[in-house]
Amino acid sequence: MHAQQQFDVIVVGAGPAGSSAALVLARAGLRVALIERGEYPGAKNVSGAVFYAPGLLAELLPTFWDEAPFERYITRRVLTFLGKESAFSLDFRTRHFATPPYNGVTILRPKFDRWLASKAVEAGALLITSTVVDDLLYEGERVIGVQCRRDDGALYAPVVIAADGANSFLAKKAGLQREFSAEEMSLGVKEVLRLGERTIEERFNLTGDEGMASEYVGEATGSVKGGAFLYTNRDTLSLGVIVQIASLAQQRVRPYELLDRFKQHPAVAPLVRDGVTLEYSAHMIPEGGWQLIPRLVRAGLLVAGDAAALVFAAGIFLEGMNFAVASGLAAAETALEAHRHGDFSTATLTGYRKRLEQSFVLQDLQRFRLTPAFVNNERLQNLYPELLCQAAEQVFRSEGRPRKKLGSTILATLRCKVSLWTLLRDGWQAGRALFF
Amino acid sequence: MQQIASEPVVMQPIEERLELVRFKVDKRPHIRVHTEACRDCDLTPCVYVCPAGLFEILGGEMHFSYEHCLECGTCYVACERKAIEWDYPRGGWGVSFRAS
Repeated sequence: MHAQQQFDVIVVGAGPAGSSAALVLARAGLRVALIERGEYPGAKNVSGAVFYAPGLLAELLPTFWDEAPFERYITRRVLTFLGKESAFSLDFRTRHFATPPYNGVTILRPKFDRWLASKAVEAGALLITSTVVDDLLYEGERVIGVQCRRDDGALYAPVVIAADGANSFLAKKAGLQREFSAEEMSLGVKEVLRLGERTIEERFNLTGDEGMASEYVGEATGSVKGGAFLYTNRDTLSLGVIVQIASLAQQRVRPYELLDRFKQHPAVAPLVRDGVTLEYSAHMIPEGGWQLIPRLVRAGLLVAGDAAALVFAAGIFLEGMNFAVASGLAAAETALEAHRHGDFSTATLTGYRKRLEQSFVLQDLQRFRLTPAFVNNERLQNLYPELLCQAAEQVFRSEGRPRKKLGSTILATLRCKVSLWTLLRDGWQAGRALFF
Repeated sequence: MQQIASEPVVMQPIEERLELVRFKVDKRPHIRVHTEACRDCDLTPCVYVCPAGLFEILGGEMHFSYEHCLECGTCYVACERKAIEWDYPRGGWGVSFRAS
């Protein structure tokens, strides 16, 4: 074995989880290899992309707010129920999200991931790009390295962090993750449209670096289960649809047709008018929540980020990169501890899971474990958004005739399509999923 | 007053979208399909779910291409017959997102 093929830690995948882990480990003086299959970090990565709780990284990188390539900080959150020709929005804005540490910032992954990986490199990590990791190397039950797809591709380390993304072949090969079902995985397709800085500020009522994160449910994805998003970057918009793969297959709709329909919806078309498409992209998202999380640890191996299905897709929350960063940091701390004790057994590495249990990562996923199923409720997806719009239309309609009080108007609209009993039951489930 | 009626949706051909994406095409395919399993497949989920529209049934036979694959993995998750062997392209090859 050549000395240059031996490391203290090998991190697979230079996304937010992997690069955060590599940064902390390299800073602590360990020899770290950060392996990325793309030509550059971010080349294969797609998110909406709002990076929530960016303070997680700012704590590690004091120059974060001056240096990090983020687009806009989010001060405006919108949730819209789309009917066929109408829209009902909850529109919230606050200046309290307008100072560091911002609540959320929009980013473009090829830029941001490359920058974050460069920070790990500055700290001393060895970044190896254009390199696929095909498998893990074992000694007995213990993982002792990785097999890269190149000549002399064996690299060794007593601990490997698999941050290899949504498909995570490594978690599967290590026997930690099972095969995915089409019910628990989603597909996101996205376009980036250039509109110009000024147009974005005027069209979305934003000042300076303020940004908007807007999400849609209902007609946004036709009869397919899922939703749509529209986020403001500096001079571009990121917009797309995210749909459950099983539902897409059942409805026999193509994802890019949903994108066309969303962009041409009467409530969306004026927002994207004259936008020039710069890029089209797609990515799979492990949205299954709590029951999709694999075993996170075996001797010599930790799994982080999307590879560990640490995605918080719970209705009004659509977060992943902060979960990736936090899990990457927890994995790094655990690997450091293992190095201090010279012990890379499952027992020691299980400290990783304990760290995640003490943080928002597993607490949020567990607390909101009922939410993914609730969000995919047939009526929530395909009936209530339209009904809500119809009810609003009845309330606001002015025809020179006497009005009923609002309660009877709304109930009359709802009860045409759904029984009071079903309504109450769904209300209870919404409560269980999100409120109590 | 301008009447706003619902216009028929204009579908953009997928090829136009893919022209905006940078690919470095490897000569070695990273997707293999056991197409004999596709012959009596009624659902053909791959045809619908692939965000690059790479799967097509022509004359009762499955045809697919890997060159413009966005590398999401949706096809093998959707395929109930497990007829799709899917791996990453060689390091540095395949899709490179630049603006997303």
